Order: sequence, then C-alpha cells, then structure tokens
Amino acid sequence: MKKIYFDVEKCLGCRSCELACAISHSAAKELEKMISQKDKSLPRIKINFSKDKNYPMSCRHCKDPKCVSACMAAAISKDEKTGQILYDEKKCVGCWMCVMVCPYGAIRPNKKVKIPVRCDLCTDIGEPQCVKGCPVKAIVWVEETELERVK
Amino acid sequence: MSDVTKRSVDPATQEVLKHIEGQSIKTTWDRYEEMQPQCGFGQLGICCTNCYLGPCRIDPFGEGAQQGVCGADADTIVARNLLRHIAAGGAAHSDHGRTTAHALNLVGKGEIHDYHIQDEEKLIAIAKIYGIKTDGRKKEDIAADLGEKMQADFGSQQGPIKFISRAPKKRIEIWKKLNIIPRGIDREVVEAMHRVNIGVDNDYKSILLHGMKTALADGWGGSMIATEAQDIMLRTPEPIRGTVNLGVLKEDYVNIVVHGHEALLPEATARAAKDPEIIKLAKEAGAEGINLAGMCCTANEVLMRHGVPLAGNFLQQELAIATGAVEVLMVDIQCIMPGLVDVAKHFHTEIVTTSEKARFPGVTYVHFEEHDAEKIVKSIIKKAIENFKKRDKSRVFIPKEKKDLIAGISTETIAKILGGKYLNTFKPLNEAIINGRIRGIAGVVGCNNPKTTHDFGHLELVKELIKNDVVVLSTGCSAIACGKAGFLQPEAALEIAGKGLKEVCEAVGIPPVLHMGSCVDNSRILIAACEVLKEGGLGEDISDLPAAGAAPEWMSEKAITIGFYFVASGVFTVFGGPMQVLGSQNVTKFLTEDLEGITGGKFAYESDPIKTAKLMIDHINRKREALKLRPMMYV
Repeated sequence: MKKIYFDVEKCLGCRSCELACAISHSAAKELEKMISQKDKSLPRIKINFSKDKNYPMSCRHCKDPKCVSACMAAAISKDEKTGQILYDEKKCVGCWMCVMVCPYGAIRPNKKVKIPVRCDLCTDIGEPQCVKGCPVKAIVWVEETELERVK
Repeated sequence: MSDVTKRSVDPATQEVLKHIEGQSIKTTWDRYEEMQPQCGFGQLGICCTNCYLGPCRIDPFGEGAQQGVCGADADTIVARNLLRHIAAGGAAHSDHGRTTAHALNLVGKGEIHDYHIQDEEKLIAIAKIYGIKTDGRKKEDIAADLGEKMQADFGSQQGPIKFISRAPKKRIEIWKKLNIIPRGIDREVVEAMHRVNIGVDNDYKSILLHGMKTALADGWGGSMIATEAQDIMLRTPEPIRGTVNLGVLKEDYVNIVVHGHEALLPEATARAAKDPEIIKLAKEAGAEGINLAGMCCTANEVLMRHGVPLAGNFLQQELAIATGAVEVLMVDIQCIMPGLVDVAKHFHTEIVTTSEKARFPGVTYVHFEEHDAEKIVKSIIKKAIENFKKRDKSRVFIPKEKKDLIAGISTETIAKILGGKYLNTFKPLNEAIINGRIRGIAGVVGCNNPKTTHDFGHLELVKELIKNDVVVLSTGCSAIACGKAGFLQPEAALEIAGKGLKEVCEAVGIPPVLHMGSCVDNSRILIAACEVLKEGGLGEDISDLPAAGAAPEWMSEKAITIGFYFVASGVFTVFGGPMQVLGSQNVTKFLTEDLEGITGGKFAYESDPIKTAKLMIDHINRKREALKLRPMMYV
C-alpha cells in the first residue's frame, strides 16, 4: 500500500497541505468558494512544530491501528486488502476514544459537528491532495519499498 | 506537453507557443505551472509580513490563530494588505504622470527641443482648470506654468488636487462627506504606507476609505495628469488606422519593439525610425528598413498618435522575442517581465532598458532623458541595426496573424465625431441611451493573466456586451485583445452588435468598441462619463449613469487602484478573479455589498465572462429603470 511520508528537513511550515486537504474535503472543492461557506471543512493534516522543525502529521494508516480496536461503534475499520483505515462518519457516535488512543495525535476532533475528521487518502479524487498541495515536495505518496529511492 | 488552446485563444500566440515547444524556452505559462500550488494564505490575503513580530497568518478554519502576534485580525490584515496594493498601483501610475508633467514644464521653458506643444486647445482648457492665466500669453509660458502646477499636485499638502473639480458636483459632495478628497498625490500614498505600518490603522473600514482616497489621487490625479500632459505635448489622439498582433513583425526589416508605459520614449523612437540617415544605415546592414512595433501600453500610446503597429499585449511580450526576429526590445517602466531576459538569451535579441527605475541584471541600460530624446533613441536604433547582422535567419518564426483596427478615440474625438464638424457634443449618444437604442456604457479594461486563458475573458465579455447594445470603452491590454479579435474594425464588430447599437454606430460613425488608449487613459473614461452627464438626461452623478466597468483578466496592483477609483467614483466594477480579500468576510462584504450605499459603486468578483456581462447588464438595467428611461427599443 502506498503511504504518505513527510520530509521534515524540507517542510517550511507554510500549511499549504492543510488548505489543500480542507479544499479536497469541502463540498465546493475550490478555495475561493469554500472560504465563503459557513460550514468550512477541516484539514485532516496538521503541521506540528517542535524544536525548530515542522512535523506535518496525518493518519499513518497503522499496521496495528489502536483506533480500530478503541472504536465502540465499529465506525473505524481496516481494509485488509489495501491496509487503509476506513472511517464511516455515519456510524460515529463522537466518543473521541480514537482521538485519545492515536499515538500520533493524527485524528482531529471537529468540535462543531462533534465527530472527528481523519485522512482518507482522498480516495474519491485518486491521490492525496496534501501531496499535490506541498510547494516544496516535502510530502510524498509512495510504497514503503520505494521510500529510499524518492529520498 | 501543454495544450496551447488552454493557454490562449489568440491564434498568433498559439502558433508561437507550439513552435517553441521542446526548445527549453520558458514562458510565463510554464512558470505559472511550476508555481502551483500557489499559497492559499496569500490568495486569501491573511498572511501579514508588515512587521517582524511576524510573519503571521490567520487560520481560515477558525480553530487556529485568529490574530497575528500584534493582535491584528483577518479584517485588519486583509484591509492593510489591500491598501498596500492600492498605494503601489497609484504610485506607479502617478510617477508616470510626474515624469510627463515635468517634461511639459521643460518644454514650456524651452529646455527641451524634441517635444513641442501640439494641442493648444487642450493646453488652454487644462490651464484654466489650474487657474493659470491664458489670455494674451505665449503657449510656451502657459505650458511651463501648467507643468509646474501639475507637479505641485504631487507635493500638495492640503489640496484638493486640481482635477477633482472636473467631477460632478454631487460626486464631490459625496467625497467631501466621506473625507476622501485627495490632498496631494504623494501625500495619500505616503499616508497609506503610514497607516499600514504596525499598530496604526486597524479598522478595516477606515483603511479601505483611505484606499479610495489614495486611488482617487491616481484616477483624478496622477493618471489624469499623465493623459492630459501627454495630449498637450504629443497631441490628443484622433481616430487612426493600425495593425495588431505578432504578424506585424517583418522578416526583412530591423525589428524594434518598444514595451512599457510612458509615451515620451516611443514618441521619440517613432520619429527617429523614419530618419533617412537611420533607414540608410539599416539598408547598408542588409535590411529593407526599420520596423517599429509596440507592446502593451507603450504600444497603445504610439498607435494612437502615429499608427505604429501593435505587436501584442502583456502575455505576448516573451513571444515577440521568441519569433527570433526582434533586434532590440526597448523598455521603460511597468509590466516588463523579468522573464524576458531569459527568453532573450536564446536569441540574438538585445533588451535595452531606458528607465533608471527599471533595471535588470545583465541588461543594457541606456539612460533616457527628455533633453536628448532623439539622440538617445537613435543610439538604441543603431544598436538594433548592428544586431540585425547577428540574427539567425533559420530560427525566425513570425506568425502571419495580424488584424487591422481603428484606435485613438479620445473623449474629445467622441464629441467631435458625434457632433459633426462644427459641434462638439455627446448629445447623439445620450439620446440613443435615453430612447433605448443603446442600453448603456461599459468600460472593459485591464491586463492578461495566465490564470485564465489569454484574451478569452476580454473577448467573450466584450462580445456579450455589444450583443446587448452596450457600447464598450476599452483601454490597455483589453483594447489590444479586442484589436486582435477584429473588434476594433467597425464593420466586423457591427456584425456582432445588437440592433440598436448597430444603428447608432452606423448613423454617427463610431465603432461599438472604442479604443481609448493606455491604462493611464482610464482617466479618459472618467472624463467621458462627466461629459455624458453634462449633456443631460442621464442623472446628476456618475453613479446615476447606466454604466459599469470590468477587468476580466487583471493581475497588476494598478488594476486594483483603477478599480478603486472607479468604485469610489460611483461605478459598479467586476473583477475577473477576486482580490486577495476572501480571508475576511467583513472586507469582502464591505467591497461587494456595503460600498454601494456609501459611494454608489461596488465590486463584484466573477471569473465567467458571460456571467460578468450579465452582472453588468443587470446593473445597467437597474440604472435605466431608476432614470425612468424608455424601454430598450429592440428586445
């Protein structure tokens, strides 16, 4: 399975990935239109800042996902074929357990609608938009085996 | 490989783009693609770099930081950034005006000999506005005084700047009430920069009001001074035939392209290029002669007064070099892409910059000054002749595409055409509007921008407007786009025009799309509006007129300033893409809604040209209703 990897040496913390992510998950799909809508979608990716470096973070789609076992509503599951963590918003009851158990802090609570948002790899578009949105190519979407090559 | 039809609708542009594909020549379209994604914070205007507490930016999703380190919120940051743009745009136009006023003063004093007073009628009329005695005085003395007084408008402390008095009374009252009558051109720009400094003006409404004051100092100040002083020295444009598009470059000639904005440089060049001695030199070098062509607004200036062919508009500047047939690209100020230098490296073309203000690393600088205009431009033309010998003929690729056009329609000429030989009047136009043959007046102006397909926005909008009986006043790169599409040939344009507009145009002999000049000449549109009002029957203020403005492919800060002086003068103005303001709902609302109740004008942002036309036509219709004009004659 292709995964999203971040190069913290390259990340400038411009948060363009956050905007690209929010646009991709909005109804309008366009920055200018999305921004005027009341219900702005939230980014699933977040830049964390620690000790002079920027750390972009979104769902790692873990091999052993803590969020899946913590979800009491069975809203989160793992696609065994692709390895992607799937999230069914309709089933979610908003208990925030996934937010608490995630070791990366990669699940973001949407306080307005009281359920979390998380990376879905932009499956509806075909490729994660944070990757396209990064102006310095600090975010890549590759197979683990290819990671050395793209470095 | 890129799809050239997405880049431009102009056939010549498409041809050259196809031709250079695979030649590692980068154009603005390539750089635009490389620049993707463009920063969302910048697009929304919520990034602030005005002080070193920052850079700061506001989280548009409402969860992260909502204030910069100083405490400025999105409203303040967006408004301050916009005011900076207005100040920069106004400064650019106005500095052009300053140069021209200075030259007028020197011509009057007899200190420069390469320019003369060519429009005495206008000299007298403008001198009167400035309160200068004209009776029994030599025109040179009047010009010297006028040049000096025009320059004084820049440094004036209390004002008001003189041309404000040309506005309708009602408009002046509105400005007075809002306290936005410019005191001095430089003063408003300086105060704009003061207000946006950290911790000064934090109220977005107050910031934007000063934005209007600064913009008015351009439209009714710097730009208008540029237009009028140029007309006095170089003569007021009259209808003239010309040709446009890259096809005006000639294979066997020494091709010189003048690009930029000021009118003095190309004027001298146009004269010098006809000098027999220069032509002889060109022939000795193996050329048939000298072929001078213009690019961007400089082109509009020499087209209007000398019929010099137009090579193209903003997005075509690099392509002119890419034809491999340009010996010298002579530039002065504004809209000159630094990217030209890299394109020129692929060819023999030499770029010569003539303005101290506009330098490029590695580019020849020849200082242009009015005192020695002819001698200086001759030295540059000689460079071009020398360079002709270095041209690689095998690489020359000049597209055939060019169109004939009519340009040079100043406000004064409209009155002359409409009124016939003995009477200057706008009456036939007013009557046509009142009786419903012409729906209204639109100003379609502004730049090109690779964000939209080159020329597409201008052409679709203009087509739709004239189809609906709206007469179009056009300037700048928009006018050039119209020319390339054949819209500036009366016959061709009349085929598209609505029945009522067609009848009027045929009867009085004006084309439905009027080429009114360069971008400083947007001031001509303001004056045309005043003349229409004076003629009577269409209200008392600019905001009463069935009129609207648009800049479909804008990109320059100057466009923002122009937009602001039109809106502050009461005109509904549609911009092709939004300004960097959407990060603040308050500022967006203020500009696109609230302003109408304050100045009578407002902005709209619309990228679809057909929808833009609809917005403008709806507005014009509302104004017609308010004036109780007759319904349109042919529906």
